[in-house]
Amino acid sequence: MHSLLPLPLFHVWAYLQTQPLLGLTATLLVWEVACFIDARAGHQALSNPTVLSIVILAALLVITHTSYRAYFTGAVFVHFLLGPATVALAVPMYANWPAIRQNLIAILVSLTVGSVLAASSAMLIARALGAPRMIVISLGPKSVTTPIAMGIAQDLGGQPALTAVFVLITGMFGTLICTGALRLARVKDWRAQGLAAGTAAHGLATSRMLMLNETAGAFGGLAIGLNGIVTSLALPVLVSVLGL
Amino acid sequence: MVRGLAILLICQLAGTIIQEGTGLPIPGPVLGLVMLLVYLVRTGGPAPYVRDASNGLLKYLGLLFVPAGVGVVTEFPELKANALAILVAIPISTVLGLVVTGVLMNWFVARRGHA
Repeated sequence: MHSLLPLPLFHVWAYLQTQPLLGLTATLLVWEVACFIDARAGHQALSNPTVLSIVILAALLVITHTSYRAYFTGAVFVHFLLGPATVALAVPMYANWPAIRQNLIAILVSLTVGSVLAASSAMLIARALGAPRMIVISLGPKSVTTPIAMGIAQDLGGQPALTAVFVLITGMFGTLICTGALRLARVKDWRAQGLAAGTAAHGLATSRMLMLNETAGAFGGLAIGLNGIVTSLALPVLVSVLGL
Repeated sequence: MVRGLAILLICQLAGTIIQEGTGLPIPGPVLGLVMLLVYLVRTGGPAPYVRDASNGLLKYLGLLFVPAGVGVVTEFPELKANALAILVAIPISTVLGLVVTGVLMNWFVARRGHA
């Protein structure tokens, strides 16, 4: 970037690199652009605004030789809100409370078995294929919604940024295959379909379920929060039991 | 909005204090979520300002992931070096989790329906 700019502009650029203004503005602007593209594309799994924003901003950082650290001085203001947003998930969970209470045992058993299987198979496959511990641990919480997944990865010695990427890949893959795979497995009940989608592929697959059926969407939303709690509790145990 | 946000932050703060104090492996915000959920169940639902702050944040949940996701630029070498392991592990484990959860829940619901 420096070689392209005349000296006064270079000084402005160098100054902005140390300030939060540029990173924050870029994040919000790119998000608006991504939402526009997503609406134009008819809300496809691959035009997800989160995915689009990450791709566009990552490309901008690479092109302008801006360090992630410089970008994050501004983006941290958005990033910080992940904490209160995680707490806020209690409100939609409460809205589904009657349905949860009615099927509590069924939900807890199905979700815990599925969640533990998904996390342990992901970590064991990655280890068998020679991935280092950091990758293996970062894969563990990949089915959990991003704010919780990143917290879990951090606590277990994984890399939160890697986990964020794995969560996104899982969500996109899950969204693409969920209806087909559940049909092949003869899972017909909407509650079961929603719970499965939310457990295996968090909010992205849940939003797909929400388009098909409201009950499925509600159970997906409930699975997102519950799986966050179940994985937080189970993953440290799994990691030590599996010797990872 | 401010009062609702303050409540969410108090839950997160309490969760973080418990996590740091006890060394629990559960992220502070998750503990905050559980505390808020217990509180909501006991008091019979969120006050309007809690609901507004929560809905406001959750509406933009997708945006909140972006800064961390952009961190991928620092991880390109790791991702490239382990592309095979990642691209095998994620699809297989996701299908496994999806199908097992779905089949189990479907079985529970059907059994109850017949009983």
